[in-house]
Order: sequence, then structure tokens, then C-alpha cells
Amino acid sequence: MSTPALKGNSPERSWPLWEVFVRGKRGLSHVHVGSLHAPDAEMALRNGRDVYTRRQEGVSLWVVRSTDITASSPDERDSFFDPAADKVYRHPTFYDVPEDIEYL
Amino acid sequence: MYGNDFVDPDEPLNAAESGGVEDAMAAASAALARRPDGGSSFDALLAADQRIEPRDEMPEAYRKTLIRQIAQHAHSEIIGMQPEGNWISRAPSLRRKAILMAKVQDEAGHGLYLYSAAETLGVDRAELLDMLHSGRQKYSSIFNYPTLTWADNGAIGWLVDGAAIMNQVPLCRCSYGPYARAMIRVCKEESFHQRQGFEILWTLLRGTQAQKDMAQDAVNRWWWPALMMFGPPDTGDAATAGGHTEQSMAWGIKRFSNDALRQKFVDMTVPQALKIGLTLPDPDLRLNEESGHWDFGAIDWSELWRVIKGDGACNAERIEHRVGAHNEGAWVREAANAYAGKRHRAQQDVYVA
Repeated sequence: MSTPALKGNSPERSWPLWEVFVRGKRGLSHVHVGSLHAPDAEMALRNGRDVYTRRQEGVSLWVVRSTDITASSPDERDSFFDPAADKVYRHPTFYDVPEDIEYL
Repeated sequence: MYGNDFVDPDEPLNAAESGGVEDAMAAASAALARRPDGGSSFDALLAADQRIEPRDEMPEAYRKTLIRQIAQHAHSEIIGMQPEGNWISRAPSLRRKAILMAKVQDEAGHGLYLYSAAETLGVDRAELLDMLHSGRQKYSSIFNYPTLTWADNGAIGWLVDGAAIMNQVPLCRCSYGPYARAMIRVCKEESFHQRQGFEILWTLLRGTQAQKDMAQDAVNRWWWPALMMFGPPDTGDAATAGGHTEQSMAWGIKRFSNDALRQKFVDMTVPQALKIGLTLPDPDLRLNEESGHWDFGAIDWSELWRVIKGDGACNAERIEHRVGAHNEGAWVREAANAYAGKRHRAQQDVYVA
């Protein structure tokens, strides 16, 4: 992590982009809601609160530097997720059982 | 004197509450559940009414159109803070002041959601702000009209936000995922904006003669500009050449024509005006028994073009104020930067030790 450099009178140009995740309520997982620029993680959290939870939309907030996220490529989507495509036997509906059996 | 003739608060008062947003959300999840049969090319995704996501391949013209539209939308949100921001210090009660501040804060938030959506297309927010400040990108020309009296805050909420919601609800189903998601958040929040405006007018209409006149005067001034917010005619003989409607519709960015949305807005608004005793400044306004729609008079499009080209009452003032606010905030951004740098160095010292 390098210190953001000052550039002219517009330092926010070099502020990193942060992805914001909100936990709507206890028991739910954090969900991506958007992004913002901030000089550091603490400011990103504060600004994330102001921008994305003005109506009590969350009980917990995560901010992650966008550059720290490694994403799968849409170009490789088919081959990347291919291994699961031909394994229908991972689903319970794959199996034949007599019709009148209950609780199975 | 208005007795029990009030608006039921549980009735859907505006488009944001008419189920359109929920429909859009349902459509989005239904689209997710449908697998595109023709693969995952741009055209196949569009054909299956699936959302295009930031890292998907897309035609350069689609990307450029979206950047222009989302940026203009974002600029409109933050410039839109000014007409009402002008009245925060003069709001007639603490209640009204708190409401107005919340509304203006929402507009800032909406701008940020939209800049964030634009950035997923590979532009930087600072670049977009530069283009706004230098006049290379536009914002909605409605914000070049002045807010002369307190009643203007009512007319803006009711008519301007009402028209904006009408435009924005279909955008919740826009083909570009980040834009559609931002619009869902925006629409949900806009609902109170329109209601508080209507409430301001309704309150004035139950006041003194001077207050009633003030409400009517504001509506007289905002009605026609609100109708122009839907853009020039794009259907029938009146369609203006050079519009973006056709291509935007093919790309799933736009779902309805300007004229269809304008008619929908008129049909929704006229009964509301009648109910609280406001007169809309259009002698040609009448219910067409055959079509079931409200026919309205000709719009003076030369006014829209004049204001867009810079001849509105407040064009220069709005940009000057925006640039001023940006420059006056420079020291805050610099301080935040210096503090982040200081903390970063302190942390490194700990690692070294």
C-alpha cells in the first residue's frame, strides 16, 4: 500500500476506489452496494455510512479496496464454471425413487 | 374548508410507489434466473433481457452512450441540490428545515450512486466533474430555473421530482446492471421527495389568500418546464430528428418514449391538482373520453432549447456555485489526504520497529 500522492489541487484524483458491502440485518450476509473514493479505510467507512445507509439500511459495513479484489473473467466464464455443468447427480432431483415414499 | 377531502396516505401517490420499482426488481431477478440460450455475447444477453455487467464485452457506442447519460444524470442530481438548498436557511419551520436538508443530502447521495455506476464503465469521477465544471457535459435544464418563493420547494418536489420518478422507474430495468441497481435505490428514496412537495403545497392551499396565491404562482411557473423534462417529442409527426430514443431502446437503456412518459405524468398529476384545488396553467387541458388520457396544449420547445443553450435564469449561477463549492472544499480533501498519509507512515514505523 503506497501513500496517495498529492496531485495539483485535486488530491482526490489519486484516492483509491473502495467497494462497499452492507449487512442489512443480523443473520444476512454482506451485499455489495456500490463504491466510493476515500483516502483511507477509515474515511471510506465513514463516507460509506453516509452514502449507503442514510435510512438504516445496515448494521455492519465492509469496505475493500477495489484493487484488492481478484475477479474471474467473463471471457472464461464457460470454461471456468464448466466442471460443475455435467454433475447433475449433485442435485437430489437426479435420483429415481418410488412415488409413494414420503419424507425422502 | 377542505374538510375531509384529503389524500389517503396509504394510496400510491407517485410512480415510485405504484409497484414499478418492485416490478423492475422482480424482472431483474427473473432475468438472472433465465439462462441465455444463445451464449453470453452482448446481443444474446440483450435478447434474453439479461443485465450487462461491467466486465462483459459491450460495443464502444453503448459504453459511450451510457457514460454520457449516467454522467448527465449524476450532474443533475448534484446541481439539483442548489434550487432547494437555497431555501434551507429560510425554511418556515424546524420540521421543514430538517426535511429539506434530508432531501438535499439525498440528492448528493444520488449523485454519488450514479458517479459510482459511471466509474464501472472506466471513467474517473474527477474527469466527469471536470467536464461538468467546464460545460462539456450538461445537467437537466430544469435546474436553470430560480426558486423565487417558499412554494417553489413544493412545486419542485411535486412536479420536478414527480417527473424525475416517472423517468427513473423504467431505468430500474435498464440493461446496464450498475445503472439499474443505482436507479432502484434512487427511486425508493425519491418517493418522500415528491410527497413532501405535495404536502408543502397542500399546506399553503389551506392557509391565507396570499399563501394560496403563492402556491398557485409556483405551480404556474413549474408546470411547463416539468413537462419539458421528458425531452423533445420522439413519436409521431412531431418527433425531432437526431434524438437518441431509437438506439437507446434497442439497447434496453430506455424502455418508453419521451411522449409516453410525459402522457403518463400528466395523467397522474392532473387528478392530484384537481383534488387539492390547484389550477394547471394550460387552457387546453381536458380529459379525452375516448382515449381516457388527459389532452394537453402545445409545449413551447423553443424555451427548452434556449435554456439548454445557456439562456436560462440561472445557468451561469449554478455552475459558478458548483465550481466555488468544489474549490472551497479543496482544503478538506487535502487535509484528509495528509491525515491518511500520516497514519500510513505511523503504521509503517510500527512494522519497522
